[in-house]
Amino acid sequence: MSATRIPAGYVPLTDAAPLIAAQEMGFAAEERLSLELHRAPSWSSLRDMLAFGQVDAAQMLAPVPVAAALGVGGASAPFSVLSVLSVNGTVIGVSSSLARRLADAGHNFSFNDAASAGKALIAAAGPGLRIGVPFPFSMHMELLHYWLQGLAADRGRGISIRTVPPPLMSDAIKSGEIDAFCVGEPWGSIAVENGAGALLLPGRAIWSFAPEKVLAVRSTWAEAEPGLTGRLIRALWRAGRWLADPASRGLAAEILSARRYLDLPAEIIERALSGKFTVTPQGLQREVSGFIGFHDGAAGFPWRSQAQWVALQLAERTGLDRHRALELAGPVFRSDLYRSALAGTGADLPGASSKLEGATGVSLLAAGESEAVRLLPNRFFDGRVFDPMAAD
Amino acid sequence: MLCRMPDALSIVVVETDRDRAFMIVDGLRDAGEFDIQVISEPSGLARQIQMRDPDVVLIDIANPSRDVLEELTLASGPKDRPVAMFVDRSEDGMTAAAVEAGVSAYVVDGLQAARLKPVLDAAIARFRLFQRMRTELAETKRALEERKVIDRAKGMVMKARGIGEDEAYALLRKAAMDQNKRVAEVAQALVTAAGLLA
Repeated sequence: MSATRIPAGYVPLTDAAPLIAAQEMGFAAEERLSLELHRAPSWSSLRDMLAFGQVDAAQMLAPVPVAAALGVGGASAPFSVLSVLSVNGTVIGVSSSLARRLADAGHNFSFNDAASAGKALIAAAGPGLRIGVPFPFSMHMELLHYWLQGLAADRGRGISIRTVPPPLMSDAIKSGEIDAFCVGEPWGSIAVENGAGALLLPGRAIWSFAPEKVLAVRSTWAEAEPGLTGRLIRALWRAGRWLADPASRGLAAEILSARRYLDLPAEIIERALSGKFTVTPQGLQREVSGFIGFHDGAAGFPWRSQAQWVALQLAERTGLDRHRALELAGPVFRSDLYRSALAGTGADLPGASSKLEGATGVSLLAAGESEAVRLLPNRFFDGRVFDPMAAD
Repeated sequence: MLCRMPDALSIVVVETDRDRAFMIVDGLRDAGEFDIQVISEPSGLARQIQMRDPDVVLIDIANPSRDVLEELTLASGPKDRPVAMFVDRSEDGMTAAAVEAGVSAYVVDGLQAARLKPVLDAAIARFRLFQRMRTELAETKRALEERKVIDRAKGMVMKARGIGEDEAYALLRKAAMDQNKRVAEVAQALVTAAGLLA
């Protein structure tokens, strides 16, 4: 039987790995699918390609489908999130001059403590800190806001966040257009490699289990193609499981580095996959466990509470009604479709579709559909807990 | 500006390539009376556009700086005119045509679709033209490169077997047919293998 062709879009980043591995390693073929992969030059163009049917599936920043449901941003069609493609995977970095000031002030670049790194950053930067993020609707943006507003008593006065496309981040920090950035790998490591800056924190130091990229489709497509939707979810789940195996890292980095995908050195791409980072141009090494997650802890499960956390941050920033935002956002993450696609495959399926976000600093067992599911630590740096039931 | 009509739409075209920018401006001039400005330097794009305060912004979809414009979709102050991508409001499939042609238009809130139509029509026509030119250029380049590889492979076969040019080409063509491949692919494989063995 011949494979069904599905045009799918991605942005050249390490966390495009699930879509690329699904196609290259035959997980799509196992579901009789052939992913025709389109590399998109920017997030807005990928969103429009998906909205207008140039692709039927896309790697997407988790907040984009939520923003679309809330009616903010230039979105144009309702999207459904079929699964979470990756958890965490971003880095925060600073310019070389800011890194020097941080070091002079005694900061040790421990790469794991968001509270102390944030305070040191605010103190060293002085007024007018400019931070680059890839897109206004992104976890980068939400994590930065959460982090800096939590730390700066004056609610981040003088801090401006501006949009810089990931491939231009290194140049922007080198030319002094921005003082710091939050970006998906490998673009942070590229900045270090270019001698443009130093890495301060992994995104997971702010929230240890943040949904980063999701698999998005048009809601009308999910409705019209229930069979393909299920096959796509299963193919991506298998790709995630393969990527989570440490033995796959070398090959995954090689595949991603190909000219038609990221077109960047495999060694730099592998840093995010292995969690072994070079954080300064002088070669300081830091290791992060769980820097990026593709599978463990039911990583692929699209929790409605994740969508609602994002919705609440967006509502606060844009003045939308909180209650309405929570109501609109929850159903965007299709835990129902994920469940029915993976029932009986042995995949981890939690019993609930919503959870307390940030409630546990340790790995724990939660009730599952058939057997218990192991969830990974899920904690915000400031220890706050997001309860979607109590949020409105 | 002496000749600017008071109600002429103001358009900003974001395009770093001078020739393309000229072509877009020409296309728009043919379509009506507009006040057109070109931004060719993408740094600080959001600020530049806010300063010029246009009714419409046209930008290549493939331009990575396009994401910067998304900032403008959120009004940050009471006096701001929020912009939306034109796709939000179109009815006649024109926006799909625009996306396909590779142009995106950002317009201020409240602008009538009828006033925008000639602008978008002209922009789509120009961008389609660029697309064709780009494809043609890529095809020509590819054909040239293939020709070079085939010539090298032919030369290698001629030398190794002591045969003439036509005969060498016939051999390559036969190998391609047998393996269900293109002549250029067989030639490339031969050149690569020879490079490894040399």
